Amino acid sequence: MIVEVKNISKTYDNGIEALRDVNLSFPKGQLSTLLGPSGCGKTTLLKIIAGLIPRNAGEVLVNGKPVDGPGAERAFVFQDFALLPWADVLRNVGFGLELRGTPRPEREEVARKYIAEVGLKGFEHRYPAQLSGGMRQRVGLARALTVNADIILMDEPFSSVDEQTRRKFQEDLLDLLRHHQKTVIFVTHSIEEAAYLSDQIALLSPRPGRVAKIVRPNVDHSRSPDEIRRDRGYLDTVDEIWGMLRQYV
Amino acid sequence: MRRWQLASFALFFGLWELAGRWPVSPAFPPFSSTFLALIEMVRDGSLGKAYLITAQPLLLGVALCAVAGIAFGIGMGLSRTIEWLSLPVFIILQAAPMAAIIPLLTYMYGIGLTSKVLAVIMLAAPVIVMNSYKGIRNTPPSLLQMCRSFQGTRVQEVLKIVLPHAAALIFTGLRLGLAMGFIGIVIAELLITPTGIGDLISYHGSVADYPKMFASIASIVAVAAISLHLLQRLERRLFP
Amino acid sequence: MKMLLSLAVWAALWEIAGRLKLSTIVPPFSAVIEAMFEIAPTEKFGKAAIITLRSFGLGMLLALVIGIPLGIAMARVKGIGRLLGMWVNIFVSAPISALVPILMAVVGIGETTVVVTVFLFAVFVITLDTQVGITHADRSLVEMARSFGANRRQLYAKVLLLSALPEILAGVRLGAIRGVKGVVIGQLLVAIIGVGELFEVYSNNFLMEEFWALVLMVFLFAFVISEAIAYLERRVEYYAASR
Repeated sequence: MIVEVKNISKTYDNGIEALRDVNLSFPKGQLSTLLGPSGCGKTTLLKIIAGLIPRNAGEVLVNGKPVDGPGAERAFVFQDFALLPWADVLRNVGFGLELRGTPRPEREEVARKYIAEVGLKGFEHRYPAQLSGGMRQRVGLARALTVNADIILMDEPFSSVDEQTRRKFQEDLLDLLRHHQKTVIFVTHSIEEAAYLSDQIALLSPRPGRVAKIVRPNVDHSRSPDEIRRDRGYLDTVDEIWGMLRQYV
Repeated sequence: MRRWQLASFALFFGLWELAGRWPVSPAFPPFSSTFLALIEMVRDGSLGKAYLITAQPLLLGVALCAVAGIAFGIGMGLSRTIEWLSLPVFIILQAAPMAAIIPLLTYMYGIGLTSKVLAVIMLAAPVIVMNSYKGIRNTPPSLLQMCRSFQGTRVQEVLKIVLPHAAALIFTGLRLGLAMGFIGIVIAELLITPTGIGDLISYHGSVADYPKMFASIASIVAVAAISLHLLQRLERRLFP
Repeated sequence: MKMLLSLAVWAALWEIAGRLKLSTIVPPFSAVIEAMFEIAPTEKFGKAAIITLRSFGLGMLLALVIGIPLGIAMARVKGIGRLLGMWVNIFVSAPISALVPILMAVVGIGETTVVVTVFLFAVFVITLDTQVGITHADRSLVEMARSFGANRRQLYAKVLLLSALPEILAGVRLGAIRGVKGVVIGQLLVAIIGVGELFEVYSNNFLMEEFWALVLMVFLFAFVISEAIAYLERRVEYYAASR
């Protein structure tokens, strides 16, 4: 277990209880998803794991040690991309290293490598305004990869992107992650997406956020993406999850 | 676009010509006489000389205002204490008719350059400060969080995110500040003591040379409009 | 109410600066307040205030009556918008006070000039903001109303004007602030009526307490008007976000 979350509770200033006594473990090298309807606290939990918002109770352990704020071993991919509008793709991707003081030639070299890996080769000197939503998110992902964090936290990364791009993205993401052996904690509200991508899915129930169930999809990822989407195991997983979540809608 | 612009000019000057020829008042010159008067003043150098005089306090005032105003606005944006102390003052100053205080400047600093520079500063400062302040305060929280997620320090946050983001509004503030500066210098030259353009306006008014008086007025409006337009185009190119 | 506390600090500093006689033109804050209560009930001030308020009100009324319909016309009729747009934009940031001398020559030295000054100061920003508000009125709302058979009058009354109201009110507020500046500048340049005259009298005779008292009262007036309209703006703000 590379990341563990113990007895996490969070109440916002306005009195809304976002999370209550959440306990979860995230296996190393696997893609785990936090899934649930809006208001279940999944993004809150992800940001607590990232160290971006404080928790009221409990602790977050990374490699067995408690953490309190952001760290070099965790990188975050934002839902609204969070790209610097005045910087080109090359600078945006290298921004994490820039903040660490990595000298420019070195960080540009690393940035170029990952820009190519996410399929944006040739776009190094474009600006975010010139890119589509899907391309902007690739920049966000490349940025998270350049800092060489073991754990990548993704907050509904494909929700601002159209359906076709989203499917392609999911497939590319799995390839990329397998290649780099990262641990990923993923937040989504799409059941199909969770079933397709995940090694484990934590279902969260809303108001207040609690872990309702943990599902391990029985999906054979060695098959082609189209085959997977028709596979029995995948379809059963989707049905099982919907059965559980529909009561909260 | 071009056609409409030409039609617009034609309409305006056409109406002006008609209005001028209407026998309502001898003091309202038609467009043609004004235009001729303008040409004459350019030729005999009186217009040029006047602008050289007017430009000094205007540019000096706006330049000083820019440096101090932007710095102060940034300070207000970054420090809650400075914000708490200064924001109410600047909110009032923005709405206040500062012109009322201008006669007082004459007492304090006489009728020379200092008063005029101060008049420009008094009118331009609030808008420059407020825009710089708003530029800093309106930094998207998402970008700040992103910076924190990569363990950026507060200094890095300010230098790499807050300030670049604020640059657009700061520039807008400068443009609006220049507009206020024009207003300030005209009021100063009409109220404190006539020099430069204000002098041309007052003098020609006093000798009832209305075409020249109106030409001077039209010229300052035109100069203000053109310089502000150029700044706006620059702004659009720098901050798409 | 942190703002009030901040202003209180400034008032205190003013008091101290005045008592220490740091500058000949800055009397203690308390003396200024005292002067304010002394001149307010006087007949002279009353007359000046009435003239000033009258000019301001008339000028603003004209600006609203002409500016708002003009802005609507500019937004709804492409031709008008294109012909007049450039001029409205020029005059919105132009030094209008430069026009006052010619106003004085044409219209004369008196209240009419001040009314016209107020009008000119206020009308352009009102027109511009109205135009922007109507142009940006939610197109889908207009289509929706049309699809349910709304005629032109209904479209304007029930959809367009309400949708544009936040921008129109913002323009009116800015126009009012400019109107106050207009009435002060107009009267200062004309120099024989209203508060403009009083400013001249006080500063010429070095009656600093009275001068600053008048300044405070005019500033307060501008502030109150601005806040009154801002209050209206806040009342319609609730639907501005979801347009």
